[in-house]
Amino acid sequence: MRYEAPDTIDAAVKLLAGEAGLARVLAGGTDLLVQMRSDVVSPDLVVDIKKISELRQVKEEAGGFRVGAAVTGAELKEHAKLPKAWPGLVEAANLIGSTQVQGRATMGGNLCNGSPAADSVPGLIAAGATATLVGPNGRRDLKVEDIMLAPRKLALTKGEIVASFLLPARPARSSDAYLRFIPRTEMDIAVVGCGVSLTLDPSGTCTAARVSLGAVAARPLLVEDAAKAIIGTKLNHAALAKLEAAARAACKPIDDKRGTVEFRIDVAGVLARRAALIAQERARKA
Amino acid sequence: MQERVKKDPEREFRVVGTRPIRPDGADKVTGRAKFGADFKMAGQLVGKVLRSPHAHARIKGIDVSKAAVLPGVKAIVTRDDFKDQGSEFVPAGEMLVNYRDVVRNVLAREKALFEGHPIAAVAATSEKIAREALRLIKVDYEVLPHVLDAVEAMKPDAPVLHEDMITAGVTPPPTKASNVAKRIEFVMGDIQKGFKDADVIVEREFNTKPVHQGYIEPHAVVASVSEDGSAEVWVTTQGHWIVRAHCARLLGWDISKIRVTASEIGGGFGGKTVVYLEPLALALSKKARKPVKMVMNREEVFRASGPTSGANIWVKIGAKKDGRIVAGEAILKYQAGAFQGSPVQPGCMCAFAPYDLENVKVVGYDVVTNRPKVAAYRAPGGPISEYAVESVVDEIAEQLGLDPIEMRLKNAAKEGTKAAYGPKFGPIGLVEGLEAAKGSPHWNAPLGKNQGRGIAAGFWFNIGGETTVSLQLNEDGTLSLMAGTPDVGGLRASLSMMAAEELGVDVAKVRPIIADTSSLGYNFLTGGSRSTFSSGMATVEAARAMIKEACVRASKLWEIPLDAVTWEDGKVRPAGDNAGKHEAMDLGDIAKIAGKTGGPIVGYSAITAHGAAPSFGVHIADAEVDPETGKTTITRYTVIQDAGKAVHPAYVEGQFQGGAAQGIGWALNEEYIYDDNGRLENPGFLDYRMPVASDLPMIDTIIVEVPNPRHPYGVRGVGETPIVPPMAAIAAAVKRASGVRFFELPMSPPKILAGMKAVKANGGAKATT
Amino acid sequence: MAKHHVSATVNGDAVEFLCESEQTLLDCLRDELDLTGAKEGCSSGDCGACSVMVDGRLVCSCLVLGVEASGKSIETIEGLSDGEKLHPLQQKFLEHAALQCGICTPGFLVASKALLEKHPNPTETEIRYWLAGNLCRCTGYDKIIRAVIDAAAEMRGA
Repeated sequence: MRYEAPDTIDAAVKLLAGEAGLARVLAGGTDLLVQMRSDVVSPDLVVDIKKISELRQVKEEAGGFRVGAAVTGAELKEHAKLPKAWPGLVEAANLIGSTQVQGRATMGGNLCNGSPAADSVPGLIAAGATATLVGPNGRRDLKVEDIMLAPRKLALTKGEIVASFLLPARPARSSDAYLRFIPRTEMDIAVVGCGVSLTLDPSGTCTAARVSLGAVAARPLLVEDAAKAIIGTKLNHAALAKLEAAARAACKPIDDKRGTVEFRIDVAGVLARRAALIAQERARKA
Repeated sequence: MQERVKKDPEREFRVVGTRPIRPDGADKVTGRAKFGADFKMAGQLVGKVLRSPHAHARIKGIDVSKAAVLPGVKAIVTRDDFKDQGSEFVPAGEMLVNYRDVVRNVLAREKALFEGHPIAAVAATSEKIAREALRLIKVDYEVLPHVLDAVEAMKPDAPVLHEDMITAGVTPPPTKASNVAKRIEFVMGDIQKGFKDADVIVEREFNTKPVHQGYIEPHAVVASVSEDGSAEVWVTTQGHWIVRAHCARLLGWDISKIRVTASEIGGGFGGKTVVYLEPLALALSKKARKPVKMVMNREEVFRASGPTSGANIWVKIGAKKDGRIVAGEAILKYQAGAFQGSPVQPGCMCAFAPYDLENVKVVGYDVVTNRPKVAAYRAPGGPISEYAVESVVDEIAEQLGLDPIEMRLKNAAKEGTKAAYGPKFGPIGLVEGLEAAKGSPHWNAPLGKNQGRGIAAGFWFNIGGETTVSLQLNEDGTLSLMAGTPDVGGLRASLSMMAAEELGVDVAKVRPIIADTSSLGYNFLTGGSRSTFSSGMATVEAARAMIKEACVRASKLWEIPLDAVTWEDGKVRPAGDNAGKHEAMDLGDIAKIAGKTGGPIVGYSAITAHGAAPSFGVHIADAEVDPETGKTTITRYTVIQDAGKAVHPAYVEGQFQGGAAQGIGWALNEEYIYDDNGRLENPGFLDYRMPVASDLPMIDTIIVEVPNPRHPYGVRGVGETPIVPPMAAIAAAVKRASGVRFFELPMSPPKILAGMKAVKANGGAKATT
Repeated sequence: MAKHHVSATVNGDAVEFLCESEQTLLDCLRDELDLTGAKEGCSSGDCGACSVMVDGRLVCSCLVLGVEASGKSIETIEGLSDGEKLHPLQQKFLEHAALQCGICTPGFLVASKALLEKHPNPTETEIRYWLAGNLCRCTGYDKIIRAVIDAAAEMRGA
């Protein structure tokens, strides 16, 4: 196995595109090293992208934020403005593994690992984030919900890297929340994850919302019906009931070692409601 | 909160009962302590094991020819390198092992019997080469149907693991082989009559999953065999004399040729009482003529080292209206894994042990399945059967409208009670424990929303066994103590305290070590809650032998008869007519005259420790259940247990708390999950969900002290009982929090949510799962 | 493939070692530098026994490649005490009997030190969540949490 740590994104793309064998990007390594250790993948080339400064920065852009794909969860949490603007997304990124893992794990890696249960991905989808990809044919932007297609399958082409995420500008009275269900309090993979981002008008009516579910289908879902259920409402009882029903209706889960189909569907509704209420509470104060 | 409840404090102790810093502490907080994988020898090779990917398969051939010629490969061993062994049972901890099975568990012979079963082992100059060599070994498997569950394995058409296994304990013996290794039965009184007298009878079936000991340190060994056949082994184990015995037997070597040194041990809980890698490392080292180091990874630990049994348990209990139990019956079916020897026997013995009953019948089946062979796990067998019995006791108390503590007090075993498994109990502390629970702040505290409180009792044995301790008086009056039971959690502290107590010296003057197998007489392993009890007893005896010798030396020096010398307050003093004629001498003074009065002074004790006394515990658990997700949080927990005498109370509390935490994991989330092909799906800490720090509350303790009259300081073994009551206590708490009584472990969120939904669907009627 | 030549600082000392691309930092510390205080409990970042600091950040050394350590400052359990004087956390772990077998102890100490540097006065809940990536199977965590609370108080001069 070859290890390379280029300091430009173009060099990284060139290495990845030029490798005849199996190439892997190393960001935080918290998934890749585990997979290498257990012989799930045996790459011929590993390209460490942490020396590329563009990928390691959080910058304000177009009224929002551009977050480098290799920024760690702990760094997101320590950022001066990000946790206030996107508390749900920052929480989601910091639910990945332990304190130790948060010191390494990145949102880019979380997305590109290709797990339907990735915690930060529903957060990004709810946020309406756009990913900037860089590949041999240059740069392009894709909505985060369009990147993961199926477990371990991404819309990226050979040599393409996720460079950063653009979080859009926030209107007043906007916020987000992410909740996941795990059997323990920490250290588990989400059995169900749910991100909700919303905006309220001065009267408290929800004017915009995005709801995303994780671990309930082959890929993280953007659930438009769930958003519609609360848009135009003050998240009263009836709206929340509709939200729950829409979230449940969107689930196409499997039975596995982490949960049953029935359980995932039930809990998806519960989490959608709880996350929406937290986001609402935060938005009132935002 | 830590409390102590004492009964008749018989003697005042100077050292015992205090909380000094452990003698091995500094090494353990600085990273200096050497655990199994921390040893390294010049020129050592790396040993790796090839394991079966199949749950059940006949091994038609093993071709190592390609691996053998890979540069860097120095030795390969397969079944052909180990002689077959006849069927013979020998004790190992609380369990028995059979060498016919041990040799097959170390390396598969005719068949691979579980996924992860070792097939071959390789020693190479690097891990990379060793792994590559494993890939080059070709094994010709004929895959067979497999069976994982005890109830399934008992069916007549189940795949049979051992074609020659005839159920023992059945008359007349069956003519056909089956997966049932043995049937056992304990009967007392007349249960038919008992049930006839009952006002209420509750009958329930329970299921539990295998759970792993979960020690954080994987198995590790370094072995080095010389050209003359003498061998050195450094290994993480609960019993290095047992390692020596098993290796000598499997390899056909003289016991004296093998010296085993126990490293610091990073947790065992019963799981490090058997051999896995050790015979392989020795065989590889002999072939390669180089030291060989072998370390399991976590996945191997889960796939191939012993969990405890999953089980199916049926319990029926009858009681009078006042709560008096008149009959108890149970049938236990325990998975043994690939080879016979589940802890079903102790499971049967424990089932009704907390109660003073007239009519009891318990039947147990030891059932082989295509899983790793079970190993001892803290009170092996007890937590499973007592979970079921205690759950039924709780349900009867509820039906009769009785307080669950009162119900238990009405039936509690006490001194003189005849246990269903035979003996009469001596002084025991169950009633004291129940009374302490009743008066505890926890039992009387209010509960919050969606919370419930449960209580359960538990029992476990304590064993003695062969034990040797050597205590050397050094030239400066300090002491070196050699014991042979590996220290899993503060033993060296307790032993040095007992030596200091007896000898009247400062505890810091006693430096204890765990000696290797060539430096000290035989020691049975650390297990059965025996090490503080047995090595403690031997330590006190060794100290007393030293005192005797000190008196001899003083009498020589003073030229007065031995009976004119006494030991008082840590000093030899002239007595009788000679009182006051000579200056009293402490051990420091004696050490100075040792050479001229007869030579070095060593106190030695080589005993089979008798008089081990069981320990009863009572646990109180508060659970909060999320009505929408079924997630259970333990919000408060108290352990109450009889320690006889707590030598170092902090480490006794530690045993209470650690056992409770393991029980909480067993109750809520820990389980082995297999796919349809019999392959383990969760061989790691990610999905084998042991409690993490944020899952648990502080765990309060109340140490009850009803002294064991047969130990010099009143000690009982305390290590295992704490894992017995949690499952039933939590099940009772979950029942009160959720309205649903569950009969299956773990009580994971999907099961609880489904149970609560079923209750709702039934319009609040009692539902069971 | 030739080995990488890595220069780094470990516990304040300049070190150099050779490693293969696949080797983890944990492998390098234990096998190349003979620093066996960090333990391998799982190799998957789930137990925390291999916790070390890399440039002031708490990580699992089993999830870092050795070659990534190049130019970095590593702190391990071996550097925690100040000469003969134990760090207050080490002292409190001993006083509270916060260890039984001790295999997880180095990881807990390194992680706890990182916590107290960031949050000198953590609540019980904050300690429990910070340490959730450090598994202990012996103690039930009770005495560990108490030791950290006590050490924090002492370090604050309380």
